[in-house]
Amino acid sequence: MAGKLKIRVDQDKCQGHARCKSLAPELFDLDEFGNAHEVGDGSVPAGLEDKAWLAQSNCPEIAIEVTEE
Amino acid sequence: MSDSASIMPEHPPVTDWVNDFDHTDPTWTENPFPIWEKLREASPVVHTERFLGCYMPTTYQAVKEISYDTDHFSSRRVIVRDVRPEITARAPPITSDPPEHKPAKQLLLPPFTPDAMKKLEPRVRAICNELIDEFIADGKCDAAARYTKHVPVRAIAHMLGIPEKDGDLFIKWIHGILELGIKDDNALMEAVREMTGYFAGHIEHRKTNPTDDLISTLMNARDKDGNPLADEHVLGSLRLLLIAGIDTTWSAIGSSLWHLAKTPADRERLIAEPELMPIAVEELLRAYSPVTMAREVMKETTISGCPVKPGNMVLLSFPAANRDPTMFTDADKVIIDRRENRHAAFGLGIHRCVGSNLARMEMTVAIEEWLKRIPDFRLDPAGRVTWSEGTVRGPRQLPMLFGKAV
Repeated sequence: MAGKLKIRVDQDKCQGHARCKSLAPELFDLDEFGNAHEVGDGSVPAGLEDKAWLAQSNCPEIAIEVTEE
Repeated sequence: MSDSASIMPEHPPVTDWVNDFDHTDPTWTENPFPIWEKLREASPVVHTERFLGCYMPTTYQAVKEISYDTDHFSSRRVIVRDVRPEITARAPPITSDPPEHKPAKQLLLPPFTPDAMKKLEPRVRAICNELIDEFIADGKCDAAARYTKHVPVRAIAHMLGIPEKDGDLFIKWIHGILELGIKDDNALMEAVREMTGYFAGHIEHRKTNPTDDLISTLMNARDKDGNPLADEHVLGSLRLLLIAGIDTTWSAIGSSLWHLAKTPADRERLIAEPELMPIAVEELLRAYSPVTMAREVMKETTISGCPVKPGNMVLLSFPAANRDPTMFTDADKVIIDRRENRHAAFGLGIHRCVGSNLARMEMTVAIEEWLKRIPDFRLDPAGRVTWSEGTVRGPRQLPMLFGKAV
């Protein structure tokens, strides 16, 4: 069985394109300036793995890290 | 006007694209994609002596390197033009470099978040339907003149709190700045002067009659020391919001409808699978990115191994980057369910378009409402599609047939 996924948004790289929020609203939140951060501690609930990878592969700034625990 | 520069000689036609490119040449305006391919094959960075010297990065990688390098490349000039007069009219934050850029940008970000756009969405949906009501019975229309132009004009007017009926004025100024202004300094100065006067009047009025709109938001903004912004800063940002908010989205909606008119399969799929719209909009943004920006080289450096020297401008073509086949599989094909799409239509790095969420919402709503009311349509073979010149690319005449006429 594959391990659990964890996501993290690099705050220095994020420029607020908000692509992740559009593709995976369950996994990302935006601050008042529209910059993204991961929901909670970044643990990806079962069933949302595909959305995590989708968000990662559409971020123009390569600001999203997905790691397997 | 004997001193007018408006009788500028037209640029000589381009015969050697690699060493003498010109983004105002009619061949480029009509169909730039094969030109970009040729330039990309030649080098990651090409140069022209036109525009007093200008580079163009041709690959996604080179565009990215320049976008991230605010040390060697300044945003103080963001349009490649024939002349480089003294800078008098700034438009923060688009014309700002660090460290001034961040505070100027942060003032503008909160009104443009996706949540803020959700509140504006019902108004934009209503605007789209009001426009369609005006021509749907005719079975045909110039979609650029009757539809795609007015959606962003009315939306930004609504946000700024200025009359939607002044739209023709806005379009005239923007044409003067973004198109005529490349070759005609007087046209640009005149448009900036009129636009500045227009907004100065609105600011003056709000000093005694405060309102709840974006102009008032900027007037009430405070810098980190608690001081209000200088009028010049407010005026500059207002000019930016108007200039950047109209031609760009007009173009993006127009190119999208142009594509859908020619591609029944994509049209039918979007109608059958409306949940695909967010991904489709990103693909249309990638394939038909409207906005090319500029930078000025401040210090010598190398980009993708190519030497770049100060005194030159840079034509920062996000549209060309988005067609780079090393970055995008089948880059020249529109794949409306493309899964991996790190397109740079809204720029890369600190100058990411502040209005990107507004543009996406307007595109989505304008395409959705059009498809609901006019599911079947095609280009009118009796008419001609024309494209804007220079900095922002999109259809300016878009003759369509629909309904019984199809």
